[in-house]
Amino acid sequence: MLKEKLKKSLFVALWFAVLTFPIMVIRVNTIEKTVVWRWGNLFMVLIGSYVISFIWNYAIERRERGEKTSIAFIENIKLKTRTISQNVKIRKGGLAALLLIVVLFPFLTSFYQMSIMNTALMYVMLGLGLNIVIGLGGILHLGYIAFFLVGSYSYALLNQHFGLNFWLALPIGGLLACILGILIAVPVLRLRGDYLAIVTLAFGEITRIVAENWSSLTGGPSGIRSIPRPKLPGIDLSLIDTAKLVYFIMVVLAALTIFITLRLKDSRIGRALIAMREDEIACRSMGINTTKMKVIAFALGSVFAGVAGVVFAANTTFINPASFTIWESIIVLCIVVLGGMGSIPGVVFAALVLKLLPEYLRAFTDYRMLVFGAVLIVMMIFKPGGLIPEKMKHYSFTDADAAAMKEEDE
Amino acid sequence: MGVLEVKDLTMDFGGLRAVDHVSLEVNDGEIVALIGPNGAGKTTFFNCVTGVYNPTEGQVQITAPGKASEEIQGTQPHKVTEKGLARTFQNIRLFQNMTVLENVMIGRHSRLKSGIAGAVFRGKKTRAEEQQVLFDSYEILKKIGLTRWVNEQAKNLPYGEQRRLEIARALATEPFLLLLDEPAAGMNPQETHSLVDLILRLREMEKISVLLIEHDMSLVMSLSEKIYVMDYGKQIAVGTPAEVKKDPIVIKAYLGEDIDA
Ligand SMILES: Nc1ncnc2c1ncn2[C@@H]1O[C@H](COP(=O)(O)OP(=O)(O)OP(=O)(O)O)[C@@H](O)[C@H]1O
Ligand SMILES: [Mg+2]
Repeated sequence: MLKEKLKKSLFVALWFAVLTFPIMVIRVNTIEKTVVWRWGNLFMVLIGSYVISFIWNYAIERRERGEKTSIAFIENIKLKTRTISQNVKIRKGGLAALLLIVVLFPFLTSFYQMSIMNTALMYVMLGLGLNIVIGLGGILHLGYIAFFLVGSYSYALLNQHFGLNFWLALPIGGLLACILGILIAVPVLRLRGDYLAIVTLAFGEITRIVAENWSSLTGGPSGIRSIPRPKLPGIDLSLIDTAKLVYFIMVVLAALTIFITLRLKDSRIGRALIAMREDEIACRSMGINTTKMKVIAFALGSVFAGVAGVVFAANTTFINPASFTIWESIIVLCIVVLGGMGSIPGVVFAALVLKLLPEYLRAFTDYRMLVFGAVLIVMMIFKPGGLIPEKMKHYSFTDADAAAMKEEDE
Repeated sequence: MGVLEVKDLTMDFGGLRAVDHVSLEVNDGEIVALIGPNGAGKTTFFNCVTGVYNPTEGQVQITAPGKASEEIQGTQPHKVTEKGLARTFQNIRLFQNMTVLENVMIGRHSRLKSGIAGAVFRGKKTRAEEQQVLFDSYEILKKIGLTRWVNEQAKNLPYGEQRRLEIARALATEPFLLLLDEPAAGMNPQETHSLVDLILRLREMEKISVLLIEHDMSLVMSLSEKIYVMDYGKQIAVGTPAEVKKDPIVIKAYLGEDIDA
């Protein structure tokens, strides 16, 4: 058995070595017209792929046998964190500490770090918004960033033409995105699976292309500049103070989004959305109007993107269509998938990780996409539920409880 | 007056006539069986009645207790459910990742009101409604005997229990007619036996009528008052279990299959 596995890995390693031979071993110096043979690299590739393939096979096999990682040490930590997190006092303490960190953060860090955090928080909002559509409703939406665009442009344009201020733009941007969400929900209602993905993807691109080509309104590819930053009435804010203000606006908005999505998930509408994700046909036969549910999912999901878009425009003071490519939609999708479909803590966590890590791992920028892809594949194989998989609410019931509930009603 | 009266129902899939002028009647409080060899068109018939398909021809008329009759062919499935028809599926269609309790709570959906604003602000009315739906759903699980699985994900249930959960979920929609598509498929004799008990009990206590598709002949014979037999989309016989059992056409359709069991 073991011998077989070793052999298999050896084969994989050899294959890999052959495959990467031209790029890893041969280097042609075109100026001196010499060829350098880097045999050391061949050796590294062999060893590296051998070890990785062996571990990979081992992990796959374990998964197929249905074994869980049961390293005693890790299990122990898990158990401890669980008992600790269930302790009410510690929970309250933890929450207070978190609140303190969140409040103190802008006063302890640099302008640069604050602006990274601001972007990350926008992606928390985007992730949670898309989570309603994909994570709860199960509607594969690949053009989500279009709503972010609509939010941004509605603030930029309404401000440019009508002098609308930032605070008013927040709800209006959300509303406009919501209206667009409902409009695009209608044509995609009948679509499913691949077709839905293609149409939503096209919708995202169309929105961007319209913004790019309708120069008379949107300024075309060069975008709109000098969009006013958020202001507080009667106070003159320096640049860094404005960044702090944006930070707090984003914290409040993100918290509000978390609150709303949590409440929504644990409600009649949220349950119906999850049921639709699980089985649409059964859902219809259980008396749920899935058409209505899809429109609701699109409408709600878009609001958050629209509002985040307004803040984005105000924060960067300059927007152009290039900020809203399909790539951004994919990142938000990755946040939802990586965090765990439907899992609100998971999505928040993944948004922070995906937007913060790359900034701090500048060294890897060249390989960012590569690492990104590899991580996603590994995740989907070994942890398909995401970083923090969705947990269904547990209700405690004994017959006595049920009886007590009845008495309460009477 | 029947709670369900189907007249000349026909369903074509392109060139294939899956259901061919089938008429059927279920009276109040009756348990009626629809049987026939594989591919006879039974499930398609169910799908036409419950709005999953829009029949090519024919009428589906329902009469809810205390209400006027109405024709419902071509009505959307969720509206049909609101009107009081509930169904289960031949190939179990539970909400796999939701808990057993949540599956039943979904069944309550069409009888509840709270919307988005209710969800976000969670006012007194919404809280009361949520409390009520928890209570009602739990009561239904008690009735079906599934309470020990309350918080278990539906996919983790044994096969027989999954079929019972489908019934629980259907019951939560407050139907007057329950349509069961092969409820005993994959069950062992013991489970089948308790299923028969359950169906009889539900009819007594919930005052509902039942239309069921089933291949298990012992279940069909012991449970139903009236049996309709289909073959190749056509209705070939109707009668009491004793009559149908003796019918030469039925025996021919089932040639080689033992319907005495
Ligand atoms: N959506 C569909 N499109 C095309 N043909 C269909 C469709 N649904 C069913 N059929 C065909 O209609 C015929 C009847 O199918 P149906 O599923 O109703 O049979 P059944 O009596 O329920 O059989 P079983 O006992 O195997 O469940 C079959 O020939 C089937 O292939
Ligand atoms: Mg069938």
